[in-house]
Amino acid sequence: MQVQSMHFKARASEALSDATLQANLHKFGSAGLAALRARAVVDYGPAEFEALRDASAAIRDRGLANLPALLERFEREATRRGATVLYARTGAEIRDLVLEIAARHGLKKAAKSKSMLSEEAALNDALAAAGVEPIETDLGEYIIQLAKEPPSHIIAPAVHKSKDEVSDLFVKFHATERKTDIPALTREAREVLRSHFLSADLGISGANFLIAETGTGAIVTNEGNGRMVTTLPRVHISITGIEKVIPTLEDFATLMRVLTRSATGQPISNYVSVFTGPKGALDADGPEHMYFILVDNGRTGLLGGEMQEMLRCIRCGACMNHCPVYKTVGGHSYGLVYPGPMGSVLTPSYVGLEKALDLPHAATLCNQCGVVCPVKIPLPDLLRTLREKQVDRGLRPPAERLALRLWAWVAQRPALYALGTRFAARFLRMLGGGDRMVSHLPFAGGWSKGREFPSGPGRTFRELYAARKKS
Amino acid sequence: MRVGLFVTCLVDLVRPSVGFAALELLEAAGCEVTVPSTQTCCGQPGYNSGDREAAKALARKVIAEFESFDYVVAPSGSCSGTIKTHYPHLFDDDRGMRERAERLAAKTYELTDFLANVAKLANVPGRFDGTVTYHDSCAGLREMGVKAQPRALLAKVPGLSVKEMAAPEQCCGFGGTFSVKFGEISAAIADRKCDDVDASGADALVLGDVGCMLNIEGRLRRRGNKTTKVLHVAEVLAGSDGRSE
Repeated sequence: MQVQSMHFKARASEALSDATLQANLHKFGSAGLAALRARAVVDYGPAEFEALRDASAAIRDRGLANLPALLERFEREATRRGATVLYARTGAEIRDLVLEIAARHGLKKAAKSKSMLSEEAALNDALAAAGVEPIETDLGEYIIQLAKEPPSHIIAPAVHKSKDEVSDLFVKFHATERKTDIPALTREAREVLRSHFLSADLGISGANFLIAETGTGAIVTNEGNGRMVTTLPRVHISITGIEKVIPTLEDFATLMRVLTRSATGQPISNYVSVFTGPKGALDADGPEHMYFILVDNGRTGLLGGEMQEMLRCIRCGACMNHCPVYKTVGGHSYGLVYPGPMGSVLTPSYVGLEKALDLPHAATLCNQCGVVCPVKIPLPDLLRTLREKQVDRGLRPPAERLALRLWAWVAQRPALYALGTRFAARFLRMLGGGDRMVSHLPFAGGWSKGREFPSGPGRTFRELYAARKKS
Repeated sequence: MRVGLFVTCLVDLVRPSVGFAALELLEAAGCEVTVPSTQTCCGQPGYNSGDREAAKALARKVIAEFESFDYVVAPSGSCSGTIKTHYPHLFDDDRGMRERAERLAAKTYELTDFLANVAKLANVPGRFDGTVTYHDSCAGLREMGVKAQPRALLAKVPGLSVKEMAAPEQCCGFGGTFSVKFGEISAAIADRKCDDVDASGADALVLGDVGCMLNIEGRLRRRGNKTTKVLHVAEVLAGSDGRSE
């Protein structure tokens, strides 16, 4: 897990000057998943959907409150049905476990369906280095694997790429005639992937949920690749976070209603695959060996603390689909696997506050994320809590702290404040000139780079009000 | 009804006409309005920058200044939202202050919400000949539930018609100190709002928060749009041009 989160500002700046990326992001923003979600909520009934969000948050909270017991139950039930349950504390341990399994069974090719945990572990590089060829089979993941890029969105990993860029990649890697329409491109990818599905001896998937009462893992996909990955190869490894465990199948049904609607506006995804143990004596298909790798990688650090609500997250992507910052700078700017509001909360919590100083501040706190979150994570409040922790630990720049302290000190002294604003109002008016627009605001270059500052009339309300009362 | 008018620091500094318009509207609605002279800022810049102590100090001050009124009204969804939704949480560890904060929160309103739902303003003094498009500011919309109220009031203004922009609920990119710390991103977000405003073809952009107003107007002017007026909803309702002469 390479941490690039210290460079948010610089990366965002690059993203803003990349015209192709801006065009792709603009398309995503104007006709994207947010609109589909909005329609799905109307179809479901806004009040009913609200109730579903409440129920979903409660299920997640119950799961987190009983996490150790639920994990034990999951392990017991999964083991009873022939699966092997393993635990990884870090990304490195995920890699070790996967490579160990590959070596034990003599595996040479891994067909993968989308797994963010695999990204947390940088698993593909490790597999390739160990002589196991990793093939991403989710179309978006496949595209970015060809482009050698990380995902820019947790459910739409190649959302930053245009059709033309995908065409270029396919011509380069498939050595076929250039296709320009999306169905033809998709068909070409399917044809290429088909042979991989059939020749892979290892299937690697994530799991959207782990169901404790039956020892079952569940994934949702729209392309059917997840079904292939979890049934065709002779060994299947499902890697997921320990917080994904939920008590019952009934809970799973509730969470499914809210997950796909929040993610893509679908009442249900095209495929919902549940896997419980390896192929049984009476099963026509399925893997001979089934492993679950349950990962901590920073998650227990959030348990029982101020950030615990973040562990409710079911990875739908709605927060980023609705985030003005994400939609403007794209997912790669965030520098770690999880972008957008959920990433800005998770990344500092996982890797350490001091390694991602910008992220909690890279938000307008507009709460568009909070109101769409299917499990009601108060994302702006959590970002603010991280900001408070930065201040408490002395991690903010001295100039910023000084400015805030000075402002707070003056704002508590009305006479001094009145004097200061009286001066400031006149100064702004002077800078504003005839059109009352300040082009270069002192001490706020960040503002003036892209905007004028309307100067006002040069007298504060306080002064004008006092004058009016006298007359 | 005894109303304490929380002017807000931005109105005080750069847009006094909003304060006078709010005063006029509240009085037109039959309120007895007081403007406490010691008021400064609600503390939001500190609160959102992680300086909880600074926010608490200013919250204490605002609570002391305003708790004697029947209502507290601010021409801002952002400042009224800070008082209403955030003050009580600042004092989670101080039961006495928390109760005072909750009592204040319960009687704090955003201006248009108060005029439409509490004071039930029947007629507005203003007149506007032309079309306006309304930007829903984030805190007003998502913390204070302000959406229908300004539109209902604007519908009472003679000569005015509302032309909705494509995405009125989309954040303008202001975000307080965000607009300075991440100026480039903030301006890029504002661009999308400006595109929407331009495309609406409205004569004026109207909104309820001076923060968003500075941001969007500043970006519109930098982009070369010198004609679309940018007005606070209180100014339009009161018939003010926003210049305080």
